[in-house]
Amino acid sequence: MSTAVTQHVDEVKSTPGSGGRSPFNVEYGKMMMWFFLLSDAFTFSSLLISYGALRFSAPTWPSPSLVFQSVPGTSIEHGAPLVFVGIMTFILIASSVTMVLAVEAGHRNAKKEVVTWMLFTILGGLMFLSCQALEWNHLHSEGFWWGHIPTKEVMSEFFKGNVTEGQMAMTSHQFANLFFTITGFHGFHVFSGVVINIIITINVLLGTYAKRGSYLMIEKVGLYWHFVDLVWVFVFTFFYLV
Amino acid sequence: MSSETTTVHAEGAEHGEHEGMTKKRILKIFYILTAITCVEFFIALVIAPHYKDGAVWINPAYIVLTLLKAYFIVAFFMHLKFEKVGLALAIIVPILFIIGLILVLTNESHYWIGLRHI
Repeated sequence: MSTAVTQHVDEVKSTPGSGGRSPFNVEYGKMMMWFFLLSDAFTFSSLLISYGALRFSAPTWPSPSLVFQSVPGTSIEHGAPLVFVGIMTFILIASSVTMVLAVEAGHRNAKKEVVTWMLFTILGGLMFLSCQALEWNHLHSEGFWWGHIPTKEVMSEFFKGNVTEGQMAMTSHQFANLFFTITGFHGFHVFSGVVINIIITINVLLGTYAKRGSYLMIEKVGLYWHFVDLVWVFVFTFFYLV
Repeated sequence: MSSETTTVHAEGAEHGEHEGMTKKRILKIFYILTAITCVEFFIALVIAPHYKDGAVWINPAYIVLTLLKAYFIVAFFMHLKFEKVGLALAIIVPILFIIGLILVLTNESHYWIGLRHI
């Protein structure tokens, strides 16, 4: 009798979707990483959509081609719009590529290659963070910060057309708060990504995944890293291009 | 857990030969992403300055190009194109709720403009 019941239960659980095996055919940790990224995508979209709503309703806005026309860290102060952020975007996309190459090497169980590509990815992340630090420092030196705006003379360089002082002050405040909050939140994600990548690389060097027989962990951190790149694609468009 | 991992990999290996990301394919996606970014720069630096008050199509063009980049990153780098349809739907369908938030807040921002004129 009891054997029959057990057999019946086993039979029910044998199909995907009824608890037998994963209907998604992915390992648990990887699926959870996807769901975490989904929730993170909601957080970033809320931030970016609030930014969009505030900007839509604003009478004017600091022009990105005037605010971001210098290359921090060099002597170029004017006339180079998008150059610096172009370098940052390239660095992040390139580090995403090295991450996929690490995953690809992981599929072949090539430990040395995984380490090499992971180190390149970490380097890319650190370069991106340094660039962001320079960018923040530059804006801060102009007078932008959370709740702070530049003096009237400096501020008037960032607007096109006829704009009143009150409009400049209001929209500069909004711009400063949104810019530092959103790029800060993204930068914090990059920072966490770099820390996670370092931990995983140390694990690879210690042979943890070689013992486990699979480099699936590289894929999971890879997902996170690509997500960071994905968010930057949107931040880049909505802060620097639009 | 390790046995489960092995099964996943074994099943993936069966039909993963042409579906996975080879080095050649990775580089191809990288070139596509770089090219799209270059097109964005071209619009921003060369085409946009010709219009004094900005053209209507420029911002939509940026958004379309951004979504295209997002597609290539999610589908190929994040490998979602090669996962089971169920997983892809579980991730993509909830994202569609964001469209609702965009519509609501766009409408709201028009209301804020109205408030300022009272």
